[in-house]
Amino acid sequence: MRTAVLLLILLPPMVAQDLCKESKDGFKVRLSIKTALGDKAYEWNKSEMFLFQSTLAFAMRIHANRSNQETNYNIANILVCNDTQRVSFVFVVTSPDDPTQPIPKEQVERAVRLSKHRINNAFLLSDMTLEFVGIPPTLAAPIKYDTPPWLIVFGVVMGAVAVGIMALLMSTVSKRRRAKDKAAGFAEEDGGIVKENGTSLSSLKGKDGVYNQAFSSDERFTQL
Amino acid sequence: MDTTSEASSAQERPKWDNKVQYLLTCVGFAVGLGNVWRFPYLCQIYGGGAFLIPYLIALVFEGLPLLYLELAIGQSLRKGSIGVWHSISPLLGGLGVASMILSFLVGLFYNTILAWVLWYFFHSFEDPLPWSQCPVNDNNTGLVEECVISTPVNYFWYRQTLNISPGLETSGSLQWWLVLCLASAWSIVYICFIRGIETIGKAVYVTATFPYLVLTIFLVRALTLPGATDGLLYLFTPDWSLLADPQVWLDAATQIFFSLSLAFGGLIAFSSYNPKKNDCERDAVFVGCINSATSLYASIPIFAILGFKATSNFNACVDGNILDLTNAFDIEERNITAENYEHWLLFLNSSDPDRVSGLKLKHCVLQNFLDQSASGTGLAFIVFTEAVIEMPGSQVWAVLFFIMLFSLGLSSMFGNLEGVLTPLLDLHVVPGWMPKEIFTGLICALSFLVALIFTLGSGNYWLEIFNSYVGSVPLLVIAFFEIIGVVCFYGIKRFSDDIEFMTGRRPNLYWRVCWMGISPVMLLVVLVAYVAVQVQTHPTYPAWNPQYEKFPEPEVKPYSDWVFAVCVLLSSAPVLSIPAVAVYRLVRRQTRSPTGHSYPNPYSNQNQDPNPYSNPAFTADERIQTFKAL
Repeated sequence: MRTAVLLLILLPPMVAQDLCKESKDGFKVRLSIKTALGDKAYEWNKSEMFLFQSTLAFAMRIHANRSNQETNYNIANILVCNDTQRVSFVFVVTSPDDPTQPIPKEQVERAVRLSKHRINNAFLLSDMTLEFVGIPPTLAAPIKYDTPPWLIVFGVVMGAVAVGIMALLMSTVSKRRRAKDKAAGFAEEDGGIVKENGTSLSSLKGKDGVYNQAFSSDERFTQL
Repeated sequence: MDTTSEASSAQERPKWDNKVQYLLTCVGFAVGLGNVWRFPYLCQIYGGGAFLIPYLIALVFEGLPLLYLELAIGQSLRKGSIGVWHSISPLLGGLGVASMILSFLVGLFYNTILAWVLWYFFHSFEDPLPWSQCPVNDNNTGLVEECVISTPVNYFWYRQTLNISPGLETSGSLQWWLVLCLASAWSIVYICFIRGIETIGKAVYVTATFPYLVLTIFLVRALTLPGATDGLLYLFTPDWSLLADPQVWLDAATQIFFSLSLAFGGLIAFSSYNPKKNDCERDAVFVGCINSATSLYASIPIFAILGFKATSNFNACVDGNILDLTNAFDIEERNITAENYEHWLLFLNSSDPDRVSGLKLKHCVLQNFLDQSASGTGLAFIVFTEAVIEMPGSQVWAVLFFIMLFSLGLSSMFGNLEGVLTPLLDLHVVPGWMPKEIFTGLICALSFLVALIFTLGSGNYWLEIFNSYVGSVPLLVIAFFEIIGVVCFYGIKRFSDDIEFMTGRRPNLYWRVCWMGISPVMLLVVLVAYVAVQVQTHPTYPAWNPQYEKFPEPEVKPYSDWVFAVCVLLSSAPVLSIPAVAVYRLVRRQTRSPTGHSYPNPYSNQNQDPNPYSNPAFTADERIQTFKAL
């Protein structure tokens, strides 16, 4: 009688341990608290483990809610074993209706992925430092810009260059116009002098003159 | 044609505002990207401090004489490269044409490199830097595979910048973002060049001095980074045994030669705008020494930063191993550190060797990381960008670095473009109604259109081809004929007379010995050796092919026949103009009556309608002024 009672009391934890160790539906979890928090790292103890079990039960409840299944997961349904100094352990989730029946791996994976952000935050960790071996982290969606920033910088630079080119070309045009006005002014003066002299320079072609052979390339005259 | 403008164009050659502009422009032309990304690499692979010996010997016996020669003939004959060589001897007119073609071709691919620098510069304002992490793939399940296998930096360069094709056969399409960057690069070059040396002279105040400022900032920052001293020791530790290798001497000679930007015609053009009485000997020594000093000065921060990068990579490697061991054996965190790693490894290996070997731990050696050297675009866009990610305040350093590269390249582009424009302007190819600004714009637009080749998927491969085949042998050939032309056709005595007029003293024994003997011999030896080394191996190129089984290693492919034909064409086209023009002139001489000697006739006007009002003998020429001074 006494042995039967003893067996009844001791059986569930023993069964639970076996379920945790041998189940293929278990996941290994690894925490790197010191890497994440440095000096502010907390110590891993039974209370932290309790928090883990409750967070996971929470994650299972959320997931079950989504798919409209029974939601009375409890801490007792999260079995933990193989606790190491690394801070790594294995856990198995059992069904709330039948504690000997583990929840399939895929379901647990979906539940964890759904609430990973909440689980991370409960422990002040990140996807890199709280690893579920076998569950890839959901990557943050890349930031989508309306205009990529590089186009903005490009626009600014090109705008400045275009303005500069325009300005320089305009100033060149106005310079030429001024030079042309000056040249026109000289031409009038020349015409005036010719008229004043009375000499008929109409035989000359314009004001270019005629090539006078006497002044051709003759080194003697320039070697002063 | 308006006579006043014709008269003014015949008389008024543009002038430098002051000597500083001229010197800065020449220094800017000589100091280019190669000083930053080629010299440190050569120093590293050829035994550090020992490399300085062949380098300085090459500078003294090859670089400085050639530099002095180019500056002197430009200043005395006062024309661009085509005009100058035509004045020396009509048979040598082809030298100028060769220089012009060369400057054009080099300008094409050089500005494409600047376009890439601009692309990186535009992206340096993003947080986080886009080359620091892999992008997420299309269905958000993981990172892009090509990026994960190689590195984020490599992925950003090869895929997101170049969108490189697997080989030369696949041309791919025009990459619109590169076209935009190329357009901005050419626009910036145009705006600096729009009025010739008037605007260049102002631009070089910034572009020639800014790189020194940035290098100093980097120097101060780099020396405070961990691992900097490792990098510097690695760079400068001399390995004297390498001096016996002729390859070292060959590379030193070619490096000095290409670094000083000789044979492009740009230096001749710049010095042609000088007043006639200018001490070009001092200018030449100044520019040559500053160029080499800059190379040395630039290699210090570069190698300090590379040492820092090697140390970071080494630490990451060791940390990766530590994490693997900690996870596999469930040891408490932080128990294994970098210091006791070896001890732990021995202990674990003795207790469970199978599991340890199953982990495939990496063998981390600092020397291996230091040996990962690179030159050229690999240094700037892969190695350096990776180092910048590790530095705190990465955006600032990235922006500074790429602005420095851009101004280094821009001041060299001025020389390239000047080597194209000045001969064309001197030849009066420009129709009279076209202002210089429009003509410059047309040249820039034409270069932009041709350079679109480099924005294709296979553009980088083509750029490497241009770089190796255009920017090497033709330059050596042209320089060799330049020296022969001055020494044999013009005559050292006449040249010394010109120099005496310009500087006030005859060139001393060192210059004459170099011009008449040492430099031509050295150039010929270098040319022959270079060609001999090139023809020994069938040329291959590394291709970035994600489908390659050993990816991310580059797939080494040989050039196909038509590509090889293009390479040979690129090498020979500039050079062929030398004999072509010589033959043409000889033929013309035979078919006409002899025109007399080829001395530059100071009274020969270019226009057919000589105007006594524009007789050069009566212009405000320095010659008259010297008589007045007597």
